[in-house]
Amino acid sequence: MKRRNFLTLTAGAAAGAALSACGTSGPAGGGGAAKAGEASYWFLSGPPGEKPRTGAVERFNQANPNGKIKVTTFQNDVYKDKLKAAMGAGQGPSVIWGWGGGGLKTYVEAGQVEDLTDWFGQNAAVKDRLFPASFGPATVNGKIYAMPAETVQPLVLFYNKEVFQNAGLQPPQSWADIMALVPQFNAKGIAPFSLGGQSRWTNMMWLELLFDRIGGIEVFNDIYEGKPNAWNNPAALDALTKTQELVKANGFVKGFSSITADSNADQALLFKGRAAMMLHGSWSYGIIQAQGGSFIKDGKLGYMNFPPVEGGKGNPEDTYGNAGQFLSISSKASAEQKDIAKKFFASMLDDTEQQDWIGTGGVPIVKGADAKLAASPDADFLKFVYGVASGAKNFGQSWDQALSPTAAEALLSNIAKLFTEDVSPQQFADNMNAVIGK
Amino acid sequence: MTIAPPVVRTAPLSARSAAGSGSVSWMAWPALIAFTLFGLIPLVGVLVLSFSSWSGQTTDIPFSGLDSWRSVLADPQLPHALGVTFLIMALSWVVQTPLSILIGVFLAAQHRYRGVLAVLYFIPLLLSQAAISITYKALLDPNFGLGAGLGFEFLQQDWLGDSTLAVGVVVFVVSWQFIPFHSLIYQGGVRQIPASMYEAAQIDGAGRVRQFFSITLPQLKYTIITSSTLMVVGSLTFFDLIWVLTAGGPGDATRALAVDMYTRGFKANLMGPASVIAVILVLCGLVLALALRRLGGRDQADSQLEGA
Repeated sequence: MKRRNFLTLTAGAAAGAALSACGTSGPAGGGGAAKAGEASYWFLSGPPGEKPRTGAVERFNQANPNGKIKVTTFQNDVYKDKLKAAMGAGQGPSVIWGWGGGGLKTYVEAGQVEDLTDWFGQNAAVKDRLFPASFGPATVNGKIYAMPAETVQPLVLFYNKEVFQNAGLQPPQSWADIMALVPQFNAKGIAPFSLGGQSRWTNMMWLELLFDRIGGIEVFNDIYEGKPNAWNNPAALDALTKTQELVKANGFVKGFSSITADSNADQALLFKGRAAMMLHGSWSYGIIQAQGGSFIKDGKLGYMNFPPVEGGKGNPEDTYGNAGQFLSISSKASAEQKDIAKKFFASMLDDTEQQDWIGTGGVPIVKGADAKLAASPDADFLKFVYGVASGAKNFGQSWDQALSPTAAEALLSNIAKLFTEDVSPQQFADNMNAVIGK
Repeated sequence: MTIAPPVVRTAPLSARSAAGSGSVSWMAWPALIAFTLFGLIPLVGVLVLSFSSWSGQTTDIPFSGLDSWRSVLADPQLPHALGVTFLIMALSWVVQTPLSILIGVFLAAQHRYRGVLAVLYFIPLLLSQAAISITYKALLDPNFGLGAGLGFEFLQQDWLGDSTLAVGVVVFVVSWQFIPFHSLIYQGGVRQIPASMYEAAQIDGAGRVRQFFSITLPQLKYTIITSSTLMVVGSLTFFDLIWVLTAGGPGDATRALAVDMYTRGFKANLMGPASVIAVILVLCGLVLALALRRLGGRDQADSQLEGA
């Protein structure tokens, strides 16, 4: 009996592991369970997005009492897991809220989302009022599978004006300036750059912009298109080397690899004057405004597009980030649900929703939205973001969202090792070449 | 109220035991059914999935033979993850066992103040592992943590950002949480040792230290095996703690098997290779538990009380 007890114990522990590996137990309901005349829609809860999203649905439901949208909200990480499990079990929502790119591509390849190309063709007005760049991540193999929505979020180089003033230094105009600023700030006991490195995609932002500035958009496009050994491009190796040079020069705050972006400690380091600069998404503005006291009101927050690299081929006006959020329609939804969803898409980003997004410090992906920005107390920053987004020749999509989940995870895991100097630039390229096109 | 005669209860009790003197194997059924439903069936599911290249996102599961096994076994990540897992396992055993035995022996004595201490010691056991991890992560934050707050130089380490320190922190937090549990086991074990053995030793002139090493430790042999099995097998499944503290980082310094499995399955959408890791975890657990059983000797029925 005793032996059996031990076996049971072991197998029990193992089964726990097994269960978590299996994990097909999604939430009951979803697309199938929505009542007739109702389309289900899942999205992220919490600020800043919940209020504008909920508002858009409420207005739509009031105008369409016979074909409503039923909302379920989730927190960020919970949402990703639940959606994955529900899609795997064929029980996803009628309207899928997502990030486009590689994630969308896996749904397309599995035949789980509707092709919206014809619908956009018939409803050109819906398409033409949005930023053209926002359709990039919605497009797979030349066909549109998602409705771009919400706001544009480019990467921004934030800096603390007060820290620069006290140190008698000027914000960087080039990569050489950055490398020259690093020892000067370190000598004063101020971290040159804040970074939430444990989250890994935070480190990735550096690579995105360095790849682009040094080699232009082709470098990552080759990777995206799955060309063999695309990571061995000399521009790529140069960018990887420069990144590691910055790490070695103590360019990032001490302990960066144990800081998570979710904790907002990276923004706190900047507004508390412990770090001079920070490369981050434009949403950081809202976080600093919420948590940084009067930092923004006192005019201490500086912001600029990432500077050029000497001799680089890229256009310094290019940027990376989120060109919007992306809403797809499940192919499992009923014809009625699909119609409701399309009607809902056409109603999105009305004036009220645009104002809601501007109120959260975001720039809606609507052409001419800049006219609405002037009344906002954050008009300067919002106009800057609009300028960056509308002026960019190339608005690159975040790599981890552009690539397939498999390649993205390999990328993030290797980026973490690049920043802890566990792999050399060449090893990084070799590891990544092995998963190209996967 | 207090004078209810106990005699009343003996009559129905003996009657019932007489009636039920037949087979009691039915008692195993609830556990067996639960174990089959939530243990064996998922286990078979994982074994089946390990021969697939399922992404976790589709309703049909494509099978691909041994591809997943080949890719995992050829991946340098596997020996690394095994190394990390066994390092954390060994270190946490080495830290926890001596401390648990000492605390357990200390708490076994019947003193009121020790009872109070026992209650305090068990507090970490009541907290959820995720809450503990989040708290430690905040305390050890390199910029806003305890070290920076109190201004102590030695606390201002890059606790979770340095490969060696991060493993140490994981072992420390594991020990902090589970030493109370194992102390409880040892406390029970020590209380089972007949007092007559100590009395005999005292008459022979053995001191406290000698008594500890010659009576307490040998008598605790099976308790040590039980506790070690729980530690060793339990440490295979450390996930939430590592995930919250370091997410497997810095680099992949704390990417143990369970973390590796989750990352492959749910981050990289590679359910096949993730299932391979799950099967490897099951095998490791079985082998370790069996090996620890062997350590206990073949004849479990041997009396430990010879000469008592």
